Amino acid sequence: MAQQNTTPNQAEPSAVGEYAIECRGVTKRFGTVVANDGVDLTVRYGEILALLGENGSGKTTLMNMLSGIYHPDSGSIRIAGKEAVINSPEDSMALGIGMIYQHFKLVDVFTAMDNIALGTPGRRLPARELRTKVEGICKGVGLTIDPAKRIYEMSVSEKQTVEILKVLYRGQKILILDEPTAVLTPQETDKLFAILRRMREQGCAVIIITHKLGEVLDISDRVTILRRGKYIDTVNTAETDEQQLTELMVGRPVSLEIDRPEQGELNSILKAVDLTIRKPDGAIAVDDVSFEVRTGEILGVAGIAGSGQKELCEAIAGLYPAEKGAVLYRKENLIGKNPREISRLGVHLGFVPEDRLGMGLVASMGMVGNMMLKTYDAPKGPFIDTAPAREQAEELVDKLSIVTPSVDTPVRLMSGGNVQKVLLGREIVSKPSVLITAYPVRGLDINSSYTVYDLLNEQKKDNVAVVYVGEDLDVLMELSDRIMVLCHGKITGIVDARTATKDQIARLMVGGKEEA
Amino acid sequence: MLLKFIVAAIGASTPLLFGTVGETLSEKVGHLNLGVEGMMSIGACAGFMVGMMTDSFLWAILAAFGAGVLAALIYAVLTVTFMADQNVSGLTLTIFGVGLANFIGIFMLGHSPSGTLKLPDGITAQMRGVHIPGLSDLPVIGELLFSYSPFVYIGIVIAILCTVFMRKTKAGLNVQAIGHNPAAADAAGISVTRWKYTMILVGGGICGIGGAYCALIINGGVWISNNVGGLGWIAVALVIFAKWKPLYAIWGSFVFGALRVLKYYVPASVIQLPTALYDMLPFVITALILVVSSMRKKRDHNIPGSLGVNYFREER
Repeated sequence: MAQQNTTPNQAEPSAVGEYAIECRGVTKRFGTVVANDGVDLTVRYGEILALLGENGSGKTTLMNMLSGIYHPDSGSIRIAGKEAVINSPEDSMALGIGMIYQHFKLVDVFTAMDNIALGTPGRRLPARELRTKVEGICKGVGLTIDPAKRIYEMSVSEKQTVEILKVLYRGQKILILDEPTAVLTPQETDKLFAILRRMREQGCAVIIITHKLGEVLDISDRVTILRRGKYIDTVNTAETDEQQLTELMVGRPVSLEIDRPEQGELNSILKAVDLTIRKPDGAIAVDDVSFEVRTGEILGVAGIAGSGQKELCEAIAGLYPAEKGAVLYRKENLIGKNPREISRLGVHLGFVPEDRLGMGLVASMGMVGNMMLKTYDAPKGPFIDTAPAREQAEELVDKLSIVTPSVDTPVRLMSGGNVQKVLLGREIVSKPSVLITAYPVRGLDINSSYTVYDLLNEQKKDNVAVVYVGEDLDVLMELSDRIMVLCHGKITGIVDARTATKDQIARLMVGGKEEA
Repeated sequence: MLLKFIVAAIGASTPLLFGTVGETLSEKVGHLNLGVEGMMSIGACAGFMVGMMTDSFLWAILAAFGAGVLAALIYAVLTVTFMADQNVSGLTLTIFGVGLANFIGIFMLGHSPSGTLKLPDGITAQMRGVHIPGLSDLPVIGELLFSYSPFVYIGIVIAILCTVFMRKTKAGLNVQAIGHNPAAADAAGISVTRWKYTMILVGGGICGIGGAYCALIINGGVWISNNVGGLGWIAVALVIFAKWKPLYAIWGSFVFGALRVLKYYVPASVIQLPTALYDMLPFVITALILVVSSMRKKRDHNIPGSLGVNYFREER
């Protein structure tokens, strides 16, 4: 009886090939902005549908309507053949829809199994019973996890496994994944896709949201493309290719090549020697690394998220203390200097944190105010002079075609792409000799990404030493001259990007061996 | 002497226990309610006035609980529904609650022919220490365990019930998930808003009963202004001291209860200190606890991760 109770919400027995979700003419407005305009989307049981679109194309809005966070203004949604009104996540779950968000919705201090059982009806199962049940589900689809492990002790991939188990535990047959591969290594991505394929065989309907074309072609049966909130087309994956998908997504032919200008004068300018950095909780973030940054080239930094990239960048910029070692800039040690002194020397950090505004920019100030943050100490005396900053800001708007009503408009009102241009542009106008950028294209659409690549290439041509910390391996390999691979804070290899293979880098990212 | 001290300490700890458990419930869903002092004051006022008029202990307790719920409702509407700042809303509730209780007290005093407000005999008898034939007559144990006002037992039962709720029930797990990560709870289909209201309101009601103890027992059944006298603030700190566990709140409030009655039980022949020093002691220790607990480095699974942060579903 209890067993019955804890696997609720089983959608009615669903035949493979029938529509699991059928959206017709779904429209959603936020004020005057139309986020979804007459969108059609269908997915059948036993099928994987990719939802493709650039940032701001309305993918997430559409999914939020399926998960009950927003309510459509017009249009109809049918789930398993029946008209559905989804007013809350509870409704959505009861209809058999399982949503896996990009930012996992897990309670950090709970164990995996408590998270899995969270919010399900029925009585609270004793730990042992729950454990057996979770392990049973794992076996069914070939997942491995320790049900008693707490979430904060888990890797990103393990957390995702927990999210998938949450859906399976509830017996939901419709699975929606929002950019699930953004945080995974290539190996983990393969594993995830194997699981999704197995779920497809078992008759689940899967929607995967992504903007990575390679993955779309790899995993999906059909692709639905959105652009600026509008439904563009649905194509069969077998009958399409990257070029066609890009055109549908961007709306015009786009060259997917990234320029890689010849290297300039290669002079060693920044040198890390035996650098070790410890996180506040005592764990080692960067472990005894030594490397060299040269002018006139782009040094790519690859690695799974959290392999020490952030700490390394921040230590060079003086934001983070190093435990041991040195960072030599033209024979001067940067460790122990404060950020202002380092930035005066010409070493600049253009860090794009996950939330873009969290670090680097003050959200409620305009571009002028944010430019001032870097130059406030230039004039002597207690008063500030906004004129030069205003001039610089206007120059940036022209040069990078930043879209903003005025240079005084708070940056929080600007779109993600424009915010990133401001962040990067501000570092560039101060003519750095070393430019460190971390995830500068995170969350940007294709056009803005290419603007950023061009900017970095321009810096390289001006003989600036550029460090590019990135997450997309393809981009890293096309843009950088050398790629340094980090794994658990150690350098596992520095390879020539012109000759290295993707497999080789992927192996280095996990420490040179296959990792469970 | 020691026995008397312990018995007195348990009595003195009771209002703290109610306040701590009530505040714990609120903090478990991520709402730091600094209005404990205010909710206790309103509960004190309602409990005393209703007790005086009805001459019934039961009605007094129910009124105190209800008044606490209403006071907490102000806070819940402000912070849960309108997403106002929790600290400001809580502080405002304290100022409002203490002021309202004093105002009503003075108003009633003005209408009292005798110039004082005193509880009638019936309710006083009901609140007196219990006497269970046989058990209460046992030497030492009788006095140590079976001699208290019903308040004491109600408080302990509530603390135990809350512990069972958190540890053993599904709803308890859901509530803790809300406190740690409301977005995760929401995505798991738990109605975050409903549980936040429930916990804040029930917590307020429990604080209200704590206030009633102050008004009905501490001053011997006579109404005086400011009768909660800062105990609500100690309760806020005690939540941290008790690591957000209702069961630990029993021991935590006992320690503070002991500190409050210490001055009566330290013989002047041993050490002679000004009473002001004793009165200050609980507050000094409260401050120390807050300092020490903020230095704790180890990850504590009980601290609600979203404490003090309002949840807005569409924010991302």
